[in-house]
Amino acid sequence: MEKEVQEKLESIYRRTIARGDNIITVLQQIQNEFGYVREDAIDWFAKRADIPAAKFYGVVTFYSQFHLSPRGKNIVTVCSGTVCHVKGAPRIIDRLRGDLKLKGEAQTTADMLFTVENVNCVGACSIAPVVIVNDKVYGKQSPDKMAKNLKSYKD
Amino acid sequence: MSSEITVNVCMGTGGIAAGGVQVMKAFERELEEAGVTGARLEKHCKLHKVGCRGFCARDVLVDITAGGASTTYQYVEERMVKRLVQEHIVEGRPVEEWLVGEDYHTFHDHQEKIILADLGKIDPESIDDYLAVGGYEATKKALATMSPAQVIETIKDAGLRGRGGAGFLTGVKWGFCAVCADEQKYIVCNADEGDPGAFMDRSVIEGNPHAVIEGMIIGAYAIGADTGYIYIRAEYPLAVERLKTAIAQAEQKGYLGKNICDSDFGFTLKIKLGAGAFVCGEETALIASIEGDRGMPRAKPPFPANKGLWGKPTIINNVETLATVAPIINKGPQWFASIGTETSKGTKVIALTGKIRNTGLIEIPMGMTLKEIIYDIGGGIEGDRLFKAVQTGGPSGGCIPQQYIDLPVDYEGLHSVGSMMGSGGMVVLDETDCMVSITKFFLQFTKEESCGKCVPCRIGTKRLLEILTRITEGKGEKKDLELLQTLAEDVRDSSLCGLGMSAPNPVISTLKYFRHEYEAHINEKKCPAGVCNALLTFFIRSDNCVGCGMCRRACPVDAVSGEKKKVHDIDQGLCIRCGACFDACKFSAVLKE
Repeated sequence: MEKEVQEKLESIYRRTIARGDNIITVLQQIQNEFGYVREDAIDWFAKRADIPAAKFYGVVTFYSQFHLSPRGKNIVTVCSGTVCHVKGAPRIIDRLRGDLKLKGEAQTTADMLFTVENVNCVGACSIAPVVIVNDKVYGKQSPDKMAKNLKSYKD
Repeated sequence: MSSEITVNVCMGTGGIAAGGVQVMKAFERELEEAGVTGARLEKHCKLHKVGCRGFCARDVLVDITAGGASTTYQYVEERMVKRLVQEHIVEGRPVEEWLVGEDYHTFHDHQEKIILADLGKIDPESIDDYLAVGGYEATKKALATMSPAQVIETIKDAGLRGRGGAGFLTGVKWGFCAVCADEQKYIVCNADEGDPGAFMDRSVIEGNPHAVIEGMIIGAYAIGADTGYIYIRAEYPLAVERLKTAIAQAEQKGYLGKNICDSDFGFTLKIKLGAGAFVCGEETALIASIEGDRGMPRAKPPFPANKGLWGKPTIINNVETLATVAPIINKGPQWFASIGTETSKGTKVIALTGKIRNTGLIEIPMGMTLKEIIYDIGGGIEGDRLFKAVQTGGPSGGCIPQQYIDLPVDYEGLHSVGSMMGSGGMVVLDETDCMVSITKFFLQFTKEESCGKCVPCRIGTKRLLEILTRITEGKGEKKDLELLQTLAEDVRDSSLCGLGMSAPNPVISTLKYFRHEYEAHINEKKCPAGVCNALLTFFIRSDNCVGCGMCRRACPVDAVSGEKKKVHDIDQGLCIRCGACFDACKFSAVLKE
């Protein structure tokens, strides 16, 4: 492991475990730092904090917030709450996945530009269906509108 | 006449998504350019960030208060600000064409606001604003003049029931914890609002975070806790930020920390971010999550009030419950108990959404009928289509049909028709919604969110979903309905926690009230609402088709053929019924049946 990565992990350790924080906080910080939960980071922490790696994996796989593989440059989150669902979110997902040529279970494009995922509900039901790209919220979307909106992220 | 001018820009999640930040900046810029803040006009213009006022469908909403009169504008965009400043603020002539209409007022007039009263009026990032509307008065009153037992009695007398779903009496729950002899106790605010279609907790925290904090301080005093946690979804970044700001302000003013309001009582408050698991709304799962483990529930008893966080007595209350505490202390239990019905006191915040004209956040006295909510406040069904059902209580609730439209909304009322209050989400469905498909959607949700600890929930929800999927794909058999019914009842009766016990509710309630839709899917292989694609036939109506070719290009299997500017045709043998042509057509020429 590179020295730089180790230093970052040591700094996370000092901010979390050393202050009595739990491993959910550790994992949230690892993900904030690297964009996903690196396996070598879990191994490093397991040794450093003397907590079995299995415990980390147990938590990582339980919560939908954590990702074990790198994600795309742009995160496209389609809200799949009840209202978005009845107002056409499934059709938006189909369209975006089709446009980005995502097959099967894949969420991230081969060029690492986009990750398409869904979220249970963002609670912005009055502007359903909602799609969030990175931090920008797009309300009242249709498959066509969203496909157009996504184009601006391709350059 | 006051010369003070106030501009309120709605900056909740809804407001920001509609462009609130740009509108806010435009006001800053235009006011300065017009010289309004300067001495020339001798007017003082204040810009406030206010939280959600409920009517998110009309965002960005802007109030301009001048000379004591308040005017509200809807759908405000950045480009409109210049004219608003010039005509309304400088020249004193409101811009009539952008004002809110009559329906904005009817939306608000039928409501009764306790929790939402100050939302949209105060700046959630300013403790002074909260103090100006009587904030922390209840804390002072409780600490200076009431014993913990008196606080608990007051909440009991008010008849406040937990707003998170189960509806347990809050005062009684506090009482269980108060009698525990342990020195260390905790109070936890459950802001892990996971129901799809619910946003009351997010809105309350974004709009008035101090009200929640104050409820926690009073609750902690009542049960004898010195530490509290707010467990909140990481998906609510704005709410988290505002809570952090509010906690820091409360610490600075001495409402958190040691010797609060010169009393012996001390209380510290921390934020814990949820990591995305619906089951963590369940009390024991939430506790496991705060402790850093997988959020899996355990059997009760012991109840958290006796044995909770790190084995210590812990009270877990929902956001709305806590926000109701200070008003009860201030105005007295009799006042609160005078609102609502015999068994359900006070008001309830409801996220009114779906196929309805006025979607948004509302607060109603308990006992208001579904009809009043949907037609008087909600303005009726969108596009004048027919009402079919209202879904309450999220994935744990049920669908209520037309025949119960006069049902009063309270805990018992909703329960009597096989649904539940839940956290207060209400999704209105119309004739174009397929009840089998909606039920499948909820089971998809609960199947994914089942933690897997107990067998009935882990496997039962999966099997229920498989049967429902089969039916929507036209592969359902007659015996499936009976199987669904018995399996749903088994899962309900034998699951470990509330998630599993309530997950079959959508199945049971739709089987009861919309059995004919299931039968149409199974016997006639038809989806009456036109939703389940596998059961539909797509065809082109020749008199509407202009031959633009959009459907031909959209079709993934080349089933559509036709020359440019000539009527197109769909090859039923090739068609995979994906509906892409239907979405693509701009001339209503693609029909489905």
